[in-house]
Amino acid sequence: MMTATNASSGASDEKPVQPIVVMTGITLSFPGVKALDGVDFRLFPGEVHALMGENGAGKSTLIKALTGVYTIDDGRIVVDGQERSFSGPAQAQDVGISTVYQEVNLCDNLSVAENIMLGHEVRRAGMVDWRSTRRRAAEHLRTMNLDIDPRSSLDSHSLAVQQLVAISRAMVVDARVLILDEPTSSLDAEEVARLFDVVRSLRDRGVAILFVSHFLDQVYAISDRLTVLRNGTLVGEYRTSELPRVELVQKMIGRELAVLEKLEEAPKRSVAERSDTQPFVQAIGLGRKGSIEPFDLDVYSGEVVGLAGLLGSGRTELARLLYGADRADHGEIRVHGEPARIRTPRSALARGIVYSSESRKTEGIVGDLTVRENITLGLQAERGWLRRVSRRKTDEVVDGYIKALGIRPANPDAVAGNLSGGNQQKVLLARWLATQPKLLILDEPTRGIDVGAKAEIQRLVAELASDGMAVVFISAELEEVLRLSHRIAVMRDRRKVGEIANDDDVTTDDVVHLIASGGPEV
Amino acid sequence: MATDQLTSPTVSDSSTTPSRRRFRIDDRYIPVLGTVIVLVVMLAIGGNLYDNFLTGRVMANVLINNSFLVVLAVGMTFVILTGGIDLSVGAVLALSTCVSAWMFTHGWSAAITIPVAILVGTLIGLAVGLMIHVFEVQPFIATLAAMFLARGLCYIVAPESIPIEDPTIVALSTTHWPLFGTFDITPSGVIALAVVLIAFVTLHYTRFGRTVYAIGGSEQSARLMGLPVARTKVLVYVISGTCAGIGGLLFAVFSRSGYSLTGVGMELDAIAAVVIGGTLLTGGSGFVLGSVMGVVVLGLIQTIITFQGTLSSWWTKIFIGALLLVFVVLQRILAIRRR
Repeated sequence: MMTATNASSGASDEKPVQPIVVMTGITLSFPGVKALDGVDFRLFPGEVHALMGENGAGKSTLIKALTGVYTIDDGRIVVDGQERSFSGPAQAQDVGISTVYQEVNLCDNLSVAENIMLGHEVRRAGMVDWRSTRRRAAEHLRTMNLDIDPRSSLDSHSLAVQQLVAISRAMVVDARVLILDEPTSSLDAEEVARLFDVVRSLRDRGVAILFVSHFLDQVYAISDRLTVLRNGTLVGEYRTSELPRVELVQKMIGRELAVLEKLEEAPKRSVAERSDTQPFVQAIGLGRKGSIEPFDLDVYSGEVVGLAGLLGSGRTELARLLYGADRADHGEIRVHGEPARIRTPRSALARGIVYSSESRKTEGIVGDLTVRENITLGLQAERGWLRRVSRRKTDEVVDGYIKALGIRPANPDAVAGNLSGGNQQKVLLARWLATQPKLLILDEPTRGIDVGAKAEIQRLVAELASDGMAVVFISAELEEVLRLSHRIAVMRDRRKVGEIANDDDVTTDDVVHLIASGGPEV
Repeated sequence: MATDQLTSPTVSDSSTTPSRRRFRIDDRYIPVLGTVIVLVVMLAIGGNLYDNFLTGRVMANVLINNSFLVVLAVGMTFVILTGGIDLSVGAVLALSTCVSAWMFTHGWSAAITIPVAILVGTLIGLAVGLMIHVFEVQPFIATLAAMFLARGLCYIVAPESIPIEDPTIVALSTTHWPLFGTFDITPSGVIALAVVLIAFVTLHYTRFGRTVYAIGGSEQSARLMGLPVARTKVLVYVISGTCAGIGGLLFAVFSRSGYSLTGVGMELDAIAAVVIGGTLLTGGSGFVLGSVMGVVVLGLIQTIITFQGTLSSWWTKIFIGALLLVFVVLQRILAIRRR
């Protein structure tokens, strides 16, 4: 991969040129959410401009506002000196704004030539002239250095080639603005390098390129300038070569280091004495193509292992592999040193591994059932449907957890969907705790819940670990991870980039540096 | 495979396996190839069992007796290619027949009656298309509603069978043009073939036609590619409705009467013909000529059973059902293999 210094040479000098796209004060709301709030953005010809931010920061929304997929509530979009409001991608294309999406948005039932030329076929007397059309397609493919048969069907090519075909299509309309929305998410390193060659040659021809990616390395390798968004608001516009990675990560996460460090005064738990010499769960080279690169991870009983990293860095993917929600295609899992085939959540449950999903509403709580029913779901599933859990046992378990976790209202017959987020999270926890797991994987258990409930859940996690349970704790909040974890695995770009023992010297600063630099291995 | 080549200056995906590639049939043609094989097998069986089976007259009759079904299947092909379905065509065909019969008995000339009868189909198709586009109603439900509506209107227009004695229609139904000796062709056959030809050119040589395929491949992609998805989706139902209108006229020529129970279940025959003709029900893949072959296959099954003489005509349905199952399973296998 290229280094940051030699990539910025493309547009390092001052810009006398007029920006081709100027967006000012863009505001856009969805029911209940302000997706964009007064965002400014500008794009110059002949530059690669990266749009940065965590998931949900508003990157995709901004792109869709520009291309007319969404109608903006407020603000101005000026393209080439003229104010515009597009009614859809077709209109944006007409003035030279083309988009290549994350998922290849082509028709794989058609030929390569057709995918490039659809809607722009060469016609004679109203009829498509296939020979000329194919020749034009071949010319476009050549400018991409892509030597494939235009007649071949699109689905006979790899994703990388399809991605380049999509860019060829974007260039057919003589695009002056090319938007690449996460174009590299399913490509490997060599394919990315290949794509970047094409992007650079387009940039040198004066095309303005808007590049969206989660991968910091790639952003530093290709972009000249970048704009950072956070929670739908503009953080700032920077020259890539002048913004160190650590600062970029801070701007994306939204906390200055100084503020982070202050929170460090929070009570530290003592590093648990490792009673076992053998980890409860051991992942060796576990990985899944397109989801997460092979990683090693040991989790001991009585220990909290934190997973730190930006949203989309592979934290959830790692957890899903451990739980068997996704099937690994590399490596193995050992439980108590014995190789274990964990290919479904059922087999994970049988070994005492439970996973509480980050999407509480869709993958956790059954909103129409009562608190009692929600709590006993896991217990009943473990016993099998034929052996009913007796009412007396149920009441005992449910009342116990309602009391222990402080679930409010303390009414087992309340409909779970009506509870607050924090209490739903506690119900979910109770469900898994009722099965008496040996390893508890918590994915963002404190997201979107109030401070009090958050503290209670944190306290509970610490208690469970000191009682001998192994816990994997995933959270976007670094200070929370630091406060609870004995060890921290750092994730970046769908890769485990490092692991640190969380003794008293570790600060959020260290973790941020590790996230930004990619860890000692790189 | 492609990964390795990406390091070299030019990517050449197709040139790696030239020898294998040359003999490999494109996946898109496999279902149609199946149709051709079925067709040849049926001709062979018929020809072997019965002496005068492979004659021009029998073959011509297969086409002529099913000319209205050919036209319906052509319209249905457009709809299914986009991933939709049109259940209304049988009833619309009946309505068109009834309307023309009613107009003839009330003294309207053929010059007015024929366009009006076709227009009835066009309008119903337009209404269905708008319903699907504007209100995002499932095609199944929208066309089911249109089916009941059209069938109900048939009873209002023609409570009883109305004979057609208009000279133009009579002339159309009695004219025969000899073609290579024993092979006769009728005006209905010519109209059906003309519709097929126009449909073929439209699907393969116009932007509209290519958009139909693109929508069937991925409607989301087609929209993001800036193709006129909405207009195209409405238009395919207009085309299907218009074809049903033309089919109604051909049926009027065929039966020389207008009757409200005409063509009950004919929409299912049309769908069967399209599927047996190799068009994927999920859309995006298929050929109008395949659908014509599908109709011929259905016609040949009927003919063979007539020749056989002792089997009840319900055996036609049994064979069609079996054949449909085979083709649907074939489609699934292809789809799974592609993944």
